[in-house]
Amino acid sequence: MVVVHTAGRSRTGYSGIPAWVFVIAAVGAAFVLLPLAAMVARVNWAQFLPLITSEASLDALWLSIRTSAASTVLCVVLGVPMALVLARSEFPGQRLLRSLALLPLVLPPVVGGIALLYTFGRQGLLGRYLEFAGIQIAFSTTAVVLAQTFVALPFLVVSLEGAVRTAGHRYEAVAATLGARPSTVLRRVTLPLVLPGLASGAVLSFARSLGEFGATLTFAGSLQGVTRTLPLEIYLQRETDADAAVALSLVLVAVAVAVIGLSIRSGIGSGRRDGALAA
Amino acid sequence: MIFASRKPAARRPFRAARLSAVVGVLAITTAALAGCAGAQSSGTASGSSTGQLSGTVTVFAAASLKASFTEIASKFEAANPGTKVKLSFAGSSDLVTQLTQGAPADVFASADTTNMKKLTDASLAEGQPVNFATNVLTIAVPPSNTAGVSGFRDLAKPGVRLVVCAPKVPCGAATQSVAKSTGTTLAPVSEESSVTDVLGKVSSGEADAGLVYVTDVKSAGDKVKGIAFPESSNAVNTYPIVALRASKNKDAAKAFIAMVTGSEGRQVLQSAGFGVP
Repeated sequence: MVVVHTAGRSRTGYSGIPAWVFVIAAVGAAFVLLPLAAMVARVNWAQFLPLITSEASLDALWLSIRTSAASTVLCVVLGVPMALVLARSEFPGQRLLRSLALLPLVLPPVVGGIALLYTFGRQGLLGRYLEFAGIQIAFSTTAVVLAQTFVALPFLVVSLEGAVRTAGHRYEAVAATLGARPSTVLRRVTLPLVLPGLASGAVLSFARSLGEFGATLTFAGSLQGVTRTLPLEIYLQRETDADAAVALSLVLVAVAVAVIGLSIRSGIGSGRRDGALAA
Repeated sequence: MIFASRKPAARRPFRAARLSAVVGVLAITTAALAGCAGAQSSGTASGSSTGQLSGTVTVFAAASLKASFTEIASKFEAANPGTKVKLSFAGSSDLVTQLTQGAPADVFASADTTNMKKLTDASLAEGQPVNFATNVLTIAVPPSNTAGVSGFRDLAKPGVRLVVCAPKVPCGAATQSVAKSTGTTLAPVSEESSVTDVLGKVSSGEADAGLVYVTDVKSAGDKVKGIAFPESSNAVNTYPIVALRASKNKDAAKAFIAMVTGSEGRQVLQSAGFGVP
């Protein structure tokens, strides 16, 4: 009875939120949007195109897109099994492991960079053996991808783990009783069921990779076309040419908005599950 | 049913209370923001007219001056009881941006003349800047020096992983002019945006060599080894200092600059590796 009433009420415009909440929400929204608007207002439009199509800018943009795509793939490959294990299995120390796996989410990126340096650096834990094998990671594009994956992975794990938990066991149990093997259940039931969660996690990872700065600067270095991604180029341009820094910032915002917009448009981020079930 | 009866009756009497809650929240927010702003500017109390200095001197100084200026500041406070020196260190271009955006400060010390010119061009300086120190580039290598670097030309040898500053920042501009004057073509594996990043890559052993300032090697202790090279004299960095027009404590600001440029300051700067202009 009550459920029916509240559902009907939302159609008549009652949201259940007091008016003052809207006011504070508006202040919060202004707090986020005003700096963006201020940046747009500072753009030197006459010089905008030359600034963003300079060789250094295009190199940085192309490198950012390439490395972010690679990081997103790595995040999916490593993050899907992590999310499944964390959501579905129980073992001693699982909660602790979960917190540790999500650590890069709250860690300052520069700390992540230092940690990566002592792992994959020339004298690092793994790096010294890679060096013997002739593999150099520091100062390479690989280092950029590693840094971005390190900070973006928790985003995929968190959103996918949530989706897996919400999806529940029911369909999997049915599939199993019908004789499907665990791998078949995973491929034909679980993954299609959580596809929206996986996709929104992947979009988040891509966006986080695109914005990655601290870990890259500390771990990968900064060289045009090799390791200098868009955020690093903006940081460097800011030293001498504020106009170029603002113009490139706007490009980064535009790419990020496009990625998020694309995911909403295709219904990925909205958590619709019916389409995934049919697939 | 329960919800339906509550909505219209309960809403009206609470409207006034709700409104006052909104006003209250906004007032608190405004007060908090005002408080932040107040805390920033309240430090600069005015100096007295009797010659006795007092209040706070806020000094914006280039990051490379950190050790020296911290020492000079404590000497200044000891010599002028009742004064307090607040130091803010960052890259010179960052500091100029902050100052042009209205950051409250009394003194600005730049690591190069280019950034000082930005400040004087914006008419933010009080009087003419004074050059108080110089700095030259040096080669920094890890203590083991596995690449066997012994001079500037060795940096161009294949297999030497060299890290330098990007040409856009002062230390990178200096690097470029030294390379040009010696006819050496450098192929660095990374062009960092600050000299501390270059030093970090060398001290962690990631790079075989880096080009940094003499003072950086000195302050890094035994984590890196410095290799001086004669060609460094082709690019000498000059450090100017000036009082700011917006200063509310001009007497103390001038006294601080006098100490930096005087014998006491010079002594501190020289022991940190700076040269005399």
